[in-house]
Amino acid sequence: MSDITKQTLSELVNNIKEKKLSSLEVTKAFIDRSEKSKELNTYITEDFSNALDKAKKFDDNPNLDLKLPGIPMAVKDLFCTANLRTTAGSKILNNFIPTYESTVTQNIWNEGAILIGKLNCDEFAMGSSNETSFFGNVQNPIDKNLVPGGSSGGSSSALAAQLTPITIGTDTGGSIRQPASFTGTVGLKPTYGSCSRYGIVAFASSLDQAGPMAQNVEDCALLQEVISSYDQKDSTSIDFKRNQYSKELTKDIKGKTIGIPKEYRVDGMPKEIDDLWQKGIEYAKDCGAEIIDISLPHTNYALPTYYIVAPAEASSNLARYDGVKYGFRADGENLIDMYEKTRSEGFGAEVQRRIMIGTYVLSSGYYDAYYLKAQKVRKLIKNDFDEAYKKVDAILTPSTPSSAFKIGEKTNDPVSMYLNDIFTVPVNLAGLPGISIPAGHDVKGYPLGLQIIGKAFDEQNILNIAYAMEEKINFKNKITDWWIK
Amino acid sequence: MSKEKSEYLIHRNDNQYEVVIGLEVHAQVLSQSKLFSTSATKFGAEPNTQVSLVDAAFPGMLPVINEFCVKQAIKTGIGLKAKINKRSVFDRKNYFYADLPQGYQISQFKDPIVGEGKVILDMPDGQKEVGIERLHLEQDAGKSIHDLDPKNTFVDLNRSGVALMEIVSKPDLRSPEEVNAYIKKLRSIMRYLGTCDGNMQEGSLRADVNVSVRKKGSKDFGTRCEIKNVNSIKFMQMAIEYEANRQVDLIEDGQSVDQETRLFDTKKNETRSMRSKEDAHDYRYFPDPDLLPLEVSDEFIDQLKSEIPELPDEKKKRFIDQFKLTPYEANIMVSDIETSNYFEDVVKKSDVKLATNWIIGELFAVLNEKNLEITDSPISAGNLSKLINLIKDGTISGKIAKTVFEQMMEGDKDPKKIVEEKGLKQESDPKALEALIDKVIDNNRDKATEYKSGKVKLFGFFVGQVMKVSGGKANPQLVNEILKKKL
Repeated sequence: MSDITKQTLSELVNNIKEKKLSSLEVTKAFIDRSEKSKELNTYITEDFSNALDKAKKFDDNPNLDLKLPGIPMAVKDLFCTANLRTTAGSKILNNFIPTYESTVTQNIWNEGAILIGKLNCDEFAMGSSNETSFFGNVQNPIDKNLVPGGSSGGSSSALAAQLTPITIGTDTGGSIRQPASFTGTVGLKPTYGSCSRYGIVAFASSLDQAGPMAQNVEDCALLQEVISSYDQKDSTSIDFKRNQYSKELTKDIKGKTIGIPKEYRVDGMPKEIDDLWQKGIEYAKDCGAEIIDISLPHTNYALPTYYIVAPAEASSNLARYDGVKYGFRADGENLIDMYEKTRSEGFGAEVQRRIMIGTYVLSSGYYDAYYLKAQKVRKLIKNDFDEAYKKVDAILTPSTPSSAFKIGEKTNDPVSMYLNDIFTVPVNLAGLPGISIPAGHDVKGYPLGLQIIGKAFDEQNILNIAYAMEEKINFKNKITDWWIK
Repeated sequence: MSKEKSEYLIHRNDNQYEVVIGLEVHAQVLSQSKLFSTSATKFGAEPNTQVSLVDAAFPGMLPVINEFCVKQAIKTGIGLKAKINKRSVFDRKNYFYADLPQGYQISQFKDPIVGEGKVILDMPDGQKEVGIERLHLEQDAGKSIHDLDPKNTFVDLNRSGVALMEIVSKPDLRSPEEVNAYIKKLRSIMRYLGTCDGNMQEGSLRADVNVSVRKKGSKDFGTRCEIKNVNSIKFMQMAIEYEANRQVDLIEDGQSVDQETRLFDTKKNETRSMRSKEDAHDYRYFPDPDLLPLEVSDEFIDQLKSEIPELPDEKKKRFIDQFKLTPYEANIMVSDIETSNYFEDVVKKSDVKLATNWIIGELFAVLNEKNLEITDSPISAGNLSKLINLIKDGTISGKIAKTVFEQMMEGDKDPKKIVEEKGLKQESDPKALEALIDKVIDNNRDKATEYKSGKVKLFGFFVGQVMKVSGGKANPQLVNEILKKKL
């Protein structure tokens, strides 16, 4: 079968279960395509030969009751993987090999999947274009020199380029949904507390959430079912009844109410984004949903709030990378000198910028004006959603204010880069689930995504809406394999 | 009649200065595992053998609160008669140091687990109440070892993440003696509760000491200096004396005291500036987003209240009521849980008055001399009560008892056996004593005549002679009685 890598996850699972394909064949196919796709620079660390061994082992004694039987899979390099280098896209962890496994990846391997490698990402997940990675830019398979989004840019690129049938990312302010939108794939940021943060290199603890990325909603639902679990090793993990998201998936969303927040109609938003949103509204109506205009009055404050809260937490979370215990260390005259050199050389510019912002907003004398106020605004933003959800079951917005941009286009303008997260950030601040589905193309033929935001713990509902709309939208990614010679 | 208060004042020229002291005591929680990880907390283990991935702050590792440590902190709060906060918050205190793997210490800043409370001190001139500002839970740091190598510092993370209770007093202490009493009382309460072993040598109890001075009668506080991390009561007292005098000298010299953090140099017996207010760390406290606010229910607190043993103040009251001890005696007996247990064991089967005297007198003298704790006493409570009963029933005299006591020290021997083996039993048979006394009078006819003619002082001579002849075993009381009749 030459078209193995074109198959969706559910097709691959069926083919393996029906013994039409072996794990080794599937694993080999994705590895072969990955080998031919080095130009995309999606991998930081490959684990191909181990993966082939694991696939053989699986085939020798296949457990076909598992949800991901012998399915190869590459993951964002923010998840700690036992005995395989984990860098978080940073020089400072260039040589770091964990002895432990993140809960989310462990859940995946427990269901039979096989790790094939670690995917590129923005350094410590700080970025919207994968350009802050120490390991270089990632190409978007949609077009040459186009960013794949970020921070889960390696994941979105590898997924869209069919180097991995599914993948996982992490989303602190949009890092799953924005790259999904830029690459014509599906990405879900679950409710905060749905997926354990144990073993995930922390960026901003109160916002970070791991989530599935897939070619379609069904695959996304299955992967969410696998990775979401209550974990006592993460104090912010929440013990709620988790659905069998893939089994309970339905296109019947008749009577569901979907809110359209007027505040998301931002100044300077390209017409094609607005048009896409309108089309989305029509699709939702076609599916039987009822559209209701709503207001999320504090939306304007979400981005500044995020850029206080996230750097504040990051400045503290990244203090442990000091050259003392593990990772990169630069020689110094004394302890302070060693710290300064290690952190100056070990962290890239964007990470340093955010550490400085975070340190500033937490400083005594500024704490009340920035951090404390941001926490209050965060509460107001959450209240906005709570109010809205008294009237609607879900909220529909564009995923991003534009399609993917060129590599280098925004690197010198951090604010314009940050604006990319304008529609995704409020969801993280409120701890809600949000899914981005591909919904159309811009004039250049680049994919555009729509975001469906749900109530807390209501992943099933937004997956259902996405599933129903996906059918109406009937999106086809335009990928030419330009990078394969 | 009220006793005059003995004030601790520093005199300079014509001025009298009062010393104001507040303590931040760091008490290590007695627990098997650390505050946010499952690593062991045993003292004296090989370096870096009690370190988990969480303690060493590996990427992606998260803290999970140890419920037992929370219980210990709440129990301590109850022991300090303090308000237990049903909601408390863990904050990050950010600073860089090689033995602080996370780059922050998880502590409680704005919302501690325990609020205001009090400790009662028994001072020679009466009771004194010291206010407790708060008690909060926090992680200990690791240990930097600078003297193993001329160029490198070694780090031992065994202590990293161990649970500490920081107990902050109000600035209510006024003398080194009060500090001594306060630390001892705090230690005693925590040892009664089993929440801290109070072992200062092992660093389980140490304190930052805040000292300021002001002219006697002044209502305003002077500028304070904080003396960091003092780990013995003696050093605290020395540091306070030095620091208070230093501050008084500055003021008398027309200078002002700078608010600063100081170190106590135990070798030179002086405090030295560590950093000034300007150089003070900005710890950038903020709520730890890895931990939810800690919420405890009324039922949880009530359950812990029901587990609180009788504490020193209550025990003292009971000892006075039940055993008729003087307040002085009661204070000594309740000063630590082991002494009070020992005392109660002894008086279970023997006379209280004698037991009190023997414990405070003979036993403590010997323990002090041999530098032993009461738990290491060579004489068990059971054998001490047997000895007391031998005195009480007249089997031996108090004097003989001392000889027996000395032999018991050799290895907790049953005093009855010692008395039997050495033939130390007191002669209390009146007939035998009469015979003895008759013999003594017979041998000293001339003195007996002198006595009868009015030289009553000679009575002592006859008692001495009888005791001598009996080898010290004659019952002195009976000897007195019979002699009086016979002479």
